[in-house]
Amino acid sequence: MNDDALEAVGDYRYGFHDPENATIRFDKGLSEQVVRDISALKDEPQWMTDLRVKAYRHFEARAMPDWGNCNLLDSINFENITYFLRSSDKTEKDWDNVPDDIKNTFNRLGIPEAEQKWLGGVTAQYESEAVYHSIREDLEEQGVIFLDMDTGLKTHPELVKKFFGTVIPHSDNKFSALNTAVWSGGSFIYVPKNVQVEMPVQAYFRINAKNMGQFERTLIIVDEGSTLHYVEGCTAPSYSTDSLHSAVVELIAMEGAKIRYSTVQNWSSNVYNLVTKRAVAYKNATVEWVDGNIGSKLTMKYPSVLLKGEGAHAEVISVAYAGEGQHQDTGAKVHHLAPNTTSNILSKSISKKGGRSSYRGMLQVMPKATGCRSKVVCDALILDDSSRSDTYPTMEIGNATADLEHEASVSKVSSDQLFYLMSRGFSEEEAMGLIVNGFFEPFTRELPMEYAVELNKLLELEMEGSIG
Amino acid sequence: MKDEMLRVENLHVSVEGTAIIKGLDLTINRGEIHVIMGRNGAGKSTLANVVMGHPAYEITEGSIFFQGQPLEELAVFERARAGMFLSFQYPAVIPGVQVGTFLKKSVASVRDEAPKGRAFRKELTEAMSQLEMDKSFLSRYVNEGFSGGEKKRLEILQMLLLKPSLALLDETDSGLDIDALRIVSKGINQIAPQAGCLIITHYQRLLDHVKPHFVHAMIDGTIVKTGGPELALELEERGYDWLDMPA
Repeated sequence: MNDDALEAVGDYRYGFHDPENATIRFDKGLSEQVVRDISALKDEPQWMTDLRVKAYRHFEARAMPDWGNCNLLDSINFENITYFLRSSDKTEKDWDNVPDDIKNTFNRLGIPEAEQKWLGGVTAQYESEAVYHSIREDLEEQGVIFLDMDTGLKTHPELVKKFFGTVIPHSDNKFSALNTAVWSGGSFIYVPKNVQVEMPVQAYFRINAKNMGQFERTLIIVDEGSTLHYVEGCTAPSYSTDSLHSAVVELIAMEGAKIRYSTVQNWSSNVYNLVTKRAVAYKNATVEWVDGNIGSKLTMKYPSVLLKGEGAHAEVISVAYAGEGQHQDTGAKVHHLAPNTTSNILSKSISKKGGRSSYRGMLQVMPKATGCRSKVVCDALILDDSSRSDTYPTMEIGNATADLEHEASVSKVSSDQLFYLMSRGFSEEEAMGLIVNGFFEPFTRELPMEYAVELNKLLELEMEGSIG
Repeated sequence: MKDEMLRVENLHVSVEGTAIIKGLDLTINRGEIHVIMGRNGAGKSTLANVVMGHPAYEITEGSIFFQGQPLEELAVFERARAGMFLSFQYPAVIPGVQVGTFLKKSVASVRDEAPKGRAFRKELTEAMSQLEMDKSFLSRYVNEGFSGGEKKRLEILQMLLLKPSLALLDETDSGLDIDALRIVSKGINQIAPQAGCLIITHYQRLLDHVKPHFVHAMIDGTIVKTGGPELALELEERGYDWLDMPA
């Protein structure tokens, strides 16, 4: 590792790690037996075991995706990854009962404090499984189900069976097959009809062990006329060897429902973050993906919405920050399948110190989908000459009544802006931090306040030592 | 005793190899208002920018001192923190950064401590009402979509909050209507007694509101004549051609 890379690692404030005190740890590598062992260990119903095995076989046979940064994908060594690691024997409802080292981690990340202040529920996943879980009583009384996915499968098998894999089948792509084969943890949420969940619920994902693979599986169903805001955060220690995070997230917004799913992933720069996220929106439903990608080595993530019902609306607001050695290959996919559906995509990216950010988007309007509207805006800010930004928009428009707008811009920080800010007492780093925060502002203002403040601090830290 | 804020000695400045300022001397003491007038391209804005430390300008000869200290080693932000202020002719737009946040952070940097919440709000409200600025300014993005007059008011608002010892005002009066000119002048007059002021302008009309102690005529990178307020009137009436004649 060269000095600069070390410096980048030093910048990452969540790079600390705890001793690994696993109660169960599988050997590295993947086989059908590993898949069966995970299922057996979790005492799953037969249909899930069968699905896992089918998915595993598909994963083995399936080629790497050809959408994204495919060269980097080939450098993943699937045999050098631990596919299951249990660090606590049960999921606690009280932080006090969580093992000390794990609890300390989440304390350092500020999770218990956030829960007290502004959350409707929390699940904290450490390695493969949730170690802490709670939901506010009033939400539980209204019939809201918020569980980690493993518990969800145990306690609501019929509901899980009905929806699991319906939005993202295991055969969707190589990584959704992998996730379906070895999934563990994640969130399971069901909001019954006409329930407005006012406070966001949050999941926090932490990888601690080396060469760990985290494969959480999230399924959220919001029934007719209900609303939910789900927030997730992710961090990991900085190791010189790679880890893999490959989640699958399925959202179902029934008629008139509204789901907002906010993510700020800040994985350390040794994590491959390959996530499939897709939502179905029925009549007059709204799905909003608010997606922040700050960390990781390579992120490939294109939150998608299938606008299946008339009048449904999709909103995808994403930011990507690519620093040294990072490639953020992110974007959005929206499929207008029904008439009078609308979508807005706003993508903002920053590249610095040789980092690369790409917007990869798909906008599809089906022949029968009349009267659709869509607006796509991509803004890139490049902080130095060694960094890179690309835009790959794809449009498949099958209906001439569609009203589409696409805007793209690439800009650099101007010396006039820097001189102006420095003449107001800001150092060059502070000035950069301010400009970067301002550039991301359309994204940050959509986040809960606490997240926004944290994100701004994070970006300011990223700007330290970025000059010269 | 005179309290020296700025001293410029035999200053020569070039931009990309072209000489702009060619031997300029100027001393400004606390409480003094100096006005520099001159044609476009005479080097007036260059002077303001080079004093503030703009990296595009190269000092090829001579020195600049702020409160007796040579400036060459000080970065732009250090000059600001030491008490220097430049009101820009064309202030930069900073998208996504709210004026309120920007002002608070700027004041914190320059004063070297975070301003106290309530006290700062009071100070801010007073300064804004003095400049007849609406509170809604605070939630707008810095200079984005601002009219010329709004930009200049924001510059003066910053000056009132940062309370500089040396204020450089680069064509702050350009593009202002009579009311805005009066308001901006009020801000300058409030700062002037405690600071050294250098006002760069094309027009005499600002001087109906702000009384300078010295007026300098600048031609081709040097000060060719210095006088009192009457010189400003004369320059506006007669232009600069009569000064082009060799003495």
